[in-house]
Amino acid sequence: MHNHEPPIFELSGPGKIGVNLPQIDVPQSELPADLLRADDLAGLPELTEPEVIRHYTRISQRNFAIDTTMVSLGSCTMKYNSKFHEEAARLPGFAAAHPLQGDELSQGALQLMYELQAYLGEISGFDAVSLQPAAGAQGELTGILVFRAYHRDRGDHERVEVLVPDSAHGTNPATAAIAGYRVVEVKSDARGNVDLEDLRRKLSPRTAALMLTNPNTLGLFEEHVTEVARLVHEAGGLLYGDGANFNAILGIVKPGELGFDFMHYNLHKTFTTPHGGGGPGSGAVGCTAALAPFLPTPRVRRVPREGEPLPLTERGVSLRPAGAPALPEGAYELFAPEKTIGRVKTFHGNFGMLVRAWTYIRSIGAAGLRRVSETAVLNANYVQARLKHVYPAAIDRTCMHETVLQGKLAAAPEVRTFDIAKRLIDYGFHPPTVYFPLIVPEALMIEPTETESKRTLDAFCDALLAIAEEAARDPEILKRAPTTTPVRRLDEVRAARQPILRYDPTVFARLREEGIRF
Amino acid sequence: MTHYIPITDADRIEMMKTIGIERLEDLFEAVPAEHRFPPLRLPEPLSEPELRRELSRLEQLNAHAGSHLIFLGAGAYNHFVPAAIDQILRRGEFYTAYTPYQPEVSQGTLQAIFEYQSLICALTGMDVANASHYDGGTALAEAAIMAINVVRGRRKIVVAPGMNPQYRAVMRTLLQGVDVEIVGDEDPEASLADVASLVDHTTAALMVQSPDFFGVLHDLRPLTAAAHAAGALMVAHFDPIALGLFQTPGEAGADIATAEGQPLGVGLSFGGPYLGIFTCRQQYVHKIAGRLVGVTRDLENRLAYVLTLRAREQDIRRERATSNICTNQGLMALAAAVYLSLLGRQGLRRVAELCYHRAHYAAAQIAQLPGYQVLDRGPFFKEFVVKTPRPVIEINAALRDQGIIGGYDLASDYPHLGNAMLLCVTEMNTRADIDALVTALRSAA
Repeated sequence: MHNHEPPIFELSGPGKIGVNLPQIDVPQSELPADLLRADDLAGLPELTEPEVIRHYTRISQRNFAIDTTMVSLGSCTMKYNSKFHEEAARLPGFAAAHPLQGDELSQGALQLMYELQAYLGEISGFDAVSLQPAAGAQGELTGILVFRAYHRDRGDHERVEVLVPDSAHGTNPATAAIAGYRVVEVKSDARGNVDLEDLRRKLSPRTAALMLTNPNTLGLFEEHVTEVARLVHEAGGLLYGDGANFNAILGIVKPGELGFDFMHYNLHKTFTTPHGGGGPGSGAVGCTAALAPFLPTPRVRRVPREGEPLPLTERGVSLRPAGAPALPEGAYELFAPEKTIGRVKTFHGNFGMLVRAWTYIRSIGAAGLRRVSETAVLNANYVQARLKHVYPAAIDRTCMHETVLQGKLAAAPEVRTFDIAKRLIDYGFHPPTVYFPLIVPEALMIEPTETESKRTLDAFCDALLAIAEEAARDPEILKRAPTTTPVRRLDEVRAARQPILRYDPTVFARLREEGIRF
Repeated sequence: MTHYIPITDADRIEMMKTIGIERLEDLFEAVPAEHRFPPLRLPEPLSEPELRRELSRLEQLNAHAGSHLIFLGAGAYNHFVPAAIDQILRRGEFYTAYTPYQPEVSQGTLQAIFEYQSLICALTGMDVANASHYDGGTALAEAAIMAINVVRGRRKIVVAPGMNPQYRAVMRTLLQGVDVEIVGDEDPEASLADVASLVDHTTAALMVQSPDFFGVLHDLRPLTAAAHAAGALMVAHFDPIALGLFQTPGEAGADIATAEGQPLGVGLSFGGPYLGIFTCRQQYVHKIAGRLVGVTRDLENRLAYVLTLRAREQDIRRERATSNICTNQGLMALAAAVYLSLLGRQGLRRVAELCYHRAHYAAAQIAQLPGYQVLDRGPFFKEFVVKTPRPVIEINAALRDQGIIGGYDLASDYPHLGNAMLLCVTEMNTRADIDALVTALRSAA
């Protein structure tokens, strides 16, 4: 692996260009002199195409990724993403279509969206789906704003609290706060479920919703989920489902049948649209018929055939321009639901991600989806069974798609989860999620996914067991790790105390003077 | 059926033995029995060749930049995307990587984002750029939230009517739970001076887009002065391609500047995924939302990149975070970084010039057509408003028959303009394309 690759600005040479652009073939118009930029773009680098390609290729090789190794990050569902899905999203009719070109010229894209709405609804047991939210956190905000609109529509203005379990993802409380709610934390019980006593205590006429992840972030299925739903509904609240862990329950159970009112799907987790080094995601949402009128605009519907009623969940205003001729029966169109909260994003969602998810569902079907979850759960339990006698399970139960272990080694008390994770890198594996959920000390949250072979799972477990032995023998091996990577442990405090957030030649010259190598 | 799943039947039996269960179903005992294993009514799975055929049937029902001449913009732009960009995006090391929380094994992603941040700062003249938001509209909404957090105790946001209507709609939705009043865009013809006069001691920010939704370029310096005089922040929303020639938000003195980054090497893709560019002044860095990559050194004194100032983020601060954003548009930020690296100083300037001169050529030609009128709203960049002799819906239907996707119908967002369309010309529209548009418009009159 290359030891360093300078910032691209240091590869620049005056007069270079990396593209072959057209000549100006029209008469030139006068430019407004008082509106021109003064610096002539002096800060941008100048390179040729081969230099740019080599630079980004070289830095790409300094990443771990699914295509190169197992990435067992819990709650992240880092499964393999099919190459075929990438081809599908790049077909010109999808990749080069303009979002405002009109329903007439977009029937293929709209049909795909309509079908994906139906598939996601069917898989999760919900009556209506919106594909607009850009990511899971935006799906959450959409859900809480829909709840808010629903309560207000019923004249119920007293509900100012959102309940969030102490094991929840950080986005849940952050979302509730941005949506204007007071966050009330609910405890977990000894088996990792929502503590029903605590829930009863905290439910009240002020409760707008409970945000629940199921399976939860301990990797456990809520044993009292239907009771939780009943209690929340009895208090007049709504049940939000964080679908980050949906990969555990495809064809196993439908959240809509368990009493959830709304949930988001992370298409970039469950439905194999890739993570892209931190996005784009897609946070499509599904909900009950009662909430459908409030979903964000636009959604896609089909023009009913003669005598066919428009489904209740598809009532609303067509977004076709005034005066546009009616579309033929069976055609697809964008519409705004009756009481929509509005737009949460420009245009129609992260469409490229939708194409990948549609392709995934169509390529494996119902039986394949169930096999996905069965295998994801099998793999997690296998890893748990192989490791828990050395790395204690946070809660010793059959887990779902992920297991939460603890980096507390009896033979090496000074070693921490952090050290174990860093040492795992030297064995060629991306570390699991660490120190989350927050309620588990020294958490190691492992989600193998269904796309790892038994050989890989065994190699991963063998590595963690070997690390435990190293820890007992010589903890320094772990404390020094990683040693095989392009950089070793970082001075993160320095990064925060003296933030350098962009390239500046004088700052980088000073770093060199300090003896920092690059 | 399961070409993605490498666990064989024999593996499964062995693994179940290790776990200590007899049947796979035993793993799901916590799921309420009456709801366990529901049937899923989905289409039968298709093989890759069969699915290719089905996908190809669907995509051929769509118009696209290869099948039609596109003169439509309004927030999504048919700009040139060099082939080299997609080759980088397709590297599995980039697109199948996770968020770079483990810096030792994520230096590629981290360096790419650091370079993206740096390139955006160089382009905009701003001090700090984050690792991106979902799109231009959500970036603008985050700017409003940030302004309220910076200028404590003020609850008014003033936004100009020339701000993209979708962005204003997105901002209004996302701020439904925030105690804030958004004003300024009630009168669609309010001048920027009128809008600036609404800024007072209760205002957190003044938000202006340049070029605005109608393509018109504005000198934002007087507006910044007006905002600052009232103690409010200036938020500029810009077009990154226009910065190849025109005043930067940095030069305009903006405190926060946002943009839709799709023009920077991200394809049209029927509306997404796009790229929300978000920048601000150094003094506000602790209030910025989203991920930031910084520089430090490792144990062996090597330069290293790392996510930093993370105490702002939701996974650490939970309900006290600056935003609920988690996932960003990492791969699109990479596309923008490769785009700006390939184009560089000269390339970006050339693209901006092509847009400017071709758009002005098109406007001049259309202005001579009987029945059409190009509205003079001031100097413009690549978009301009044309009053049409018939409803735009009819004109566009006629253009469609000629293989042309016409302009954005302004009837629903700005009905006071009457029959009017917003036309867009980029470096992808040749002189011959423009002449074809003019001919088609003439016969559609």
